[in-house]
Amino acid sequence: MTGNASTLESEPVLSATALQKAYGATPALDGADFEIHAGETVAVMGPSGSGKSTLLHCLAGIVRPDAGVVRYRGQELSAMGDAERSALRREEFGFVFQFGQLVPELTCLENVALPLRLAGARRRDAEQRAARWLERLEVAELGRKRPGEVSGGQGQRVAVARALVAEPRVVFADEPTGALDSLNGERVMQLLSAAARETRAAVVLVTHEARVAAYSDREVVVRDGRTRTNVSADVR
Amino acid sequence: MTIGHTLLGLLESGPRHGYDLKRAFDERFGHDRPLHYGQVYSTMARLLKNGLVEVDGVEPGGGPERKRYAITDAGLTDVEQWLASPEKPEPYLHNTLYTKVVLALLTDRSAQNILDTQRAEHLRLMRELTRRKLDGDFADQLICDHALFHLEADLRWLELTAARLDQLRAEVTA
Ligand SMILES: Nc1ncnc2c1ncn2[C@@H]1O[C@H](COP(=O)(O)OP(=O)(O)OP(=O)(O)O)[C@@H](O)[C@H]1O
Ligand SMILES: [Mg+2]
Repeated sequence: MTGNASTLESEPVLSATALQKAYGATPALDGADFEIHAGETVAVMGPSGSGKSTLLHCLAGIVRPDAGVVRYRGQELSAMGDAERSALRREEFGFVFQFGQLVPELTCLENVALPLRLAGARRRDAEQRAARWLERLEVAELGRKRPGEVSGGQGQRVAVARALVAEPRVVFADEPTGALDSLNGERVMQLLSAAARETRAAVVLVTHEARVAAYSDREVVVRDGRTRTNVSADVR
Repeated sequence: MTIGHTLLGLLESGPRHGYDLKRAFDERFGHDRPLHYGQVYSTMARLLKNGLVEVDGVEPGGGPERKRYAITDAGLTDVEQWLASPEKPEPYLHNTLYTKVVLALLTDRSAQNILDTQRAEHLRLMRELTRRKLDGDFADQLICDHALFHLEADLRWLELTAARLDQLRAEVTA
């Protein structure tokens, strides 16, 4: 978490300006701006339905905004082809959602190894690295189990391991602790932020829980599809 | 000080007599603790001395409750600054915050800004406590967690109030 002011690079790794997005007649984003630097964790907060997940999806290139620009390391996402964009998601981004979204047919170890396998790593190497990440997330013993056989908190740790295994530059986490009790939520945040700090990943952390947001370096509040940045953090 | 600022804020809409100020305060903010006349006079005397209000007229019959007070430019600036600065996060803060929000609505200021500023301040302290917790021993963790849960409760109240501002505005300005 904080304390990385001096190491923040001047160019954001990911930024968005004036994003607009409507689902039919429902406006979801109405002029949202965002930027995040390498090594930084930014909490995205705001009431339910305010557009937090939509913002995250636009930033990650999952949803195409109606207007506005998303830039990843200087490159416009909308200028990329679909294949290029999904390669980006696979290789440079990591994702954690509220409910792990692990592949039920694979073991936990195979789930964590999956991003590496998709990037072309050999099975043995991929699973060795995956095992190390399971260990870091304190769930080494779950490798052979399937997601259906582990608890919500354990599954979420597996999901965090999967998000981080390929050492992505940006981790997108949408309510990563939303389904967990305080103790487990807390631990998942500690492990996630420690790992992100170590790999200098930027973390976009959508949460409505203040104690979770307290792991961020600063917060961005979304209200009615618009962002509002509070410079409350001591980061700059 | 809260009572002083609150009385000043109540004067923004126009000059009032001492007794009228007390009545307005009790009606809006004094549910559990109505003001004593003595508090009103000592507060108004202090505000007068500091140039934040001026006497705008005295009703015949004397007595301090018959003085009519008006807010000065310095008084306006003072309210403005008070409303714009976040409160030190601590338990049982809601009284002051509630007062600020209602005054903002009464004086056509942005109550949302007050809540946003306060959220930022709360989160700043919560980050600090989280850092202390991660660096500290087990006792530190427990102590910081206690504070963090209380601050989180404040923040929930802030969010809920933010979501109900329209309703509160309608009631306050009715
Ligand atoms: N796929 C979709 N189809 C139609 N409407 C959608 C879709 N996704 C989001 N919306 C609408 O867009 C608005 C913003 O939704 P979004 O999911 O971004 O909110 P959120 O801030 O993430 O809320 P929550 O805290 O409840 O997760 C809402 O009004 C929602 O109903
Ligand atoms: Mg959402």
